Amino acid sequence: MNRSEFLSRIFVITGIILAIGAPLIFWTRTPLIHARMAENGGWNPDIIQAEVSQPLHLKLTSDDVMHGFAVGQMDMDAVDVEPGKVTDITLTFDKPGIYTFYCTRWCGLNHWRMRGTIEVSGSSSDPEPVSPPLYVSLNLNLDAPHDAPVVPRSMPSAISGQQLTTDLPFDQSTDYYRANSPYQAFTDLSNTARTESQRWDVVASIWQSNTTPESLANGKQLYAQNCAACHGETGAGDGVFADDLAQAGEASMQTMSGAENMMMQTPVDFTNPTQMLGASPALLQGKILRGGMGTGMPMWGSIFTEEQIWDLIAYIYSFQFEYQE
Amino acid sequence: MAKIELTRNPFIKSALKSRYPQLAVFIIMLVGYIFAILAGLIGTPVGSHNFSIVFVWIAWWAILILVAVPFFGRGWCAVCPIPLPGEWLQRGAVLSPPDKRPKWLNLRVPKMFRNIWLQNISFLLLALFSSVLLTTPNITGIVLAAMLFAAIGLSTVFERRAFCRYLCPVGGFIGLYSQTAPIELRIKDKQVCVTCEGKPCYNGSQTGYGCPWDVFPGGLTKNTYCGLCMECIRTCPHDNIAVNLRPFSADLAKPSTRMDEAFKAFIMLGSAMIYAGVLLGPWGMFKDAAYNVGSSAWFVYAIIFLAIIFVILPGFFTFGILNTKNILPLKQRFASLATALIPLGLMFWVAFSLSFVLTNASYILAALSDPLGLGWNLFGTANTAWQPMLTTILAPAQTLALVGGLIWSVRTAEKAANEVKVSSIPVIVYSFIVTSIMLWLLL
Repeated sequence: MNRSEFLSRIFVITGIILAIGAPLIFWTRTPLIHARMAENGGWNPDIIQAEVSQPLHLKLTSDDVMHGFAVGQMDMDAVDVEPGKVTDITLTFDKPGIYTFYCTRWCGLNHWRMRGTIEVSGSSSDPEPVSPPLYVSLNLNLDAPHDAPVVPRSMPSAISGQQLTTDLPFDQSTDYYRANSPYQAFTDLSNTARTESQRWDVVASIWQSNTTPESLANGKQLYAQNCAACHGETGAGDGVFADDLAQAGEASMQTMSGAENMMMQTPVDFTNPTQMLGASPALLQGKILRGGMGTGMPMWGSIFTEEQIWDLIAYIYSFQFEYQE
Repeated sequence: MAKIELTRNPFIKSALKSRYPQLAVFIIMLVGYIFAILAGLIGTPVGSHNFSIVFVWIAWWAILILVAVPFFGRGWCAVCPIPLPGEWLQRGAVLSPPDKRPKWLNLRVPKMFRNIWLQNISFLLLALFSSVLLTTPNITGIVLAAMLFAAIGLSTVFERRAFCRYLCPVGGFIGLYSQTAPIELRIKDKQVCVTCEGKPCYNGSQTGYGCPWDVFPGGLTKNTYCGLCMECIRTCPHDNIAVNLRPFSADLAKPSTRMDEAFKAFIMLGSAMIYAGVLLGPWGMFKDAAYNVGSSAWFVYAIIFLAIIFVILPGFFTFGILNTKNILPLKQRFASLATALIPLGLMFWVAFSLSFVLTNASYILAALSDPLGLGWNLFGTANTAWQPMLTTILAPAQTLALVGGLIWSVRTAEKAANEVKVSSIPVIVYSFIVTSIMLWLLL
């Protein structure tokens, strides 16, 4: 083999090695979190390791549609994760623990399944005591039927009810409000000299007195971002995914226990007084924290803070009561 | 206009005769090609941000159809990296022309395949899957790799560049349209070839390989099957090979009589029209059908696609020329008159390509800096926003291309009709009708 042939072969082989090797090396050194619709794999990787107080740099990209990224129970703005683009984000965790990150864009029917965890290790300087949520201490059965046997003829008005809140047989404390359903409060008022409709108005007033305009506004925002896709903007259980969920439910439930479970696949209608007025805030807290267990309802306990959940619950009751502006 | 012999220029002559400039281009092309395969396989699945889609289907396609084919004919084939690894293995050398015996099996391609029907089929296969192929990086990566391996495989079994000559899905139409290009490789003096002993341009010699395209340069009358590899310039002992600048469409004066080439003209004409309707048109149903490969809607789309190309377009054409009675059989008249559709088809493709190339060209800068969609910014252009280019001149440029194509086709029809001694009117009417449909589809 002559010199020029030998050199040419060296060039060709070097070129081929470079064309294959260089991108592979850089590819493996660019850690990227890929977002895909849950049906196609969700987040990859979906477990990320981090250290307390050490900034965690993440690069995110979407392989299909627009997604969003946020970490539950963390004070941060969600970022968009766009197809073909790379979003950089830096997070710092104060406390060790397992955090949940999730998609914040309604990317598809199984949007809520797009979750992953960040395992933050290290020691906390300030360990906080953990108390069980209210529904646990009240020992509530989250799956028991809770229909109100009586419902108001028209939407109860907190404005009318406010004038009738003297001499109540119970206090209007937060503890009472959280532990009792509106129907329970309505029943507790039965020995007073109020008409049925007045009693409902008083209940509406008690429910409003246990929230603030700020809480309602916060609850409304959380609801619009996280709940309206299924439960609908007006709470009627008719969100953009509702029909698809019902269809998917029918298909998946055919092998399971039948029609009753099938019903569970339809998002709950918050405008339905029978269901809503029979549910206490503590019960709703449990349902939101734990999720629907096999229905389409995700568990939010790892994402919302306790305060956010109470704000959300206060807002959900506003589908039943006419509150003072 | 007379021909101008470019190889008289000593700089051009030595650049073509030397193997080094070509090898340098080959290496760059091969590196780019392998990188495109890899980008398709490991890069972002988002086509508009993946090197494989952006550089193959936008940048390369734009250069091919808007520049290389119209102005340089098979100029792309001269630098195409696909046959190289196979050819190097076949020769047992990268650079030096050898006194070696051919390696591997070195069989002759069976006669029944020595036409462009396989290329017609391979083009149609890609065309039917194009909506997915053109938008899905890993499919593009797989297809590019498959072509590379097919070329290597064929090189080890058959002699010369069997892949380029008989299978390459792009090579078929490049060859057809290269007849319109103002560049040609021809011999200078026929008598020299007649008396030349051993015909080293075809059989090879110490100075170079026998024509990789299985063409005897002495018999070249049109560009269709000359790959411009320049090997004969190196092997000709009599300095009898020239590269000429010539008038556009010089080869079309002598119409082809081959059915495979005639149908190639219909395939290209028809697929440009179908793409204009399906990919650029407002009909979502067609797009869905074309994209959902394997669905029943896609099968209907595939059947309609093939029917337009093999039945409707040639059918109306045949119907039009039925009454152009003369002594030549209909088949021969069909093939000869279809020559008129070659410039028309080329300009259809130019007009169609202008719209998606100008619309998507801004992705090229972004993909250059971030070829795998991993958030790199190699040249600082990764965040270039998508912006359609030259939108104001798009419609006039497309109209110009189509009207120009029609005029070109009419002139070609007149020559071809004159050659087979029939009226050119039916072909002109046919060209006018399909051009009007294409104008309606694009504008």
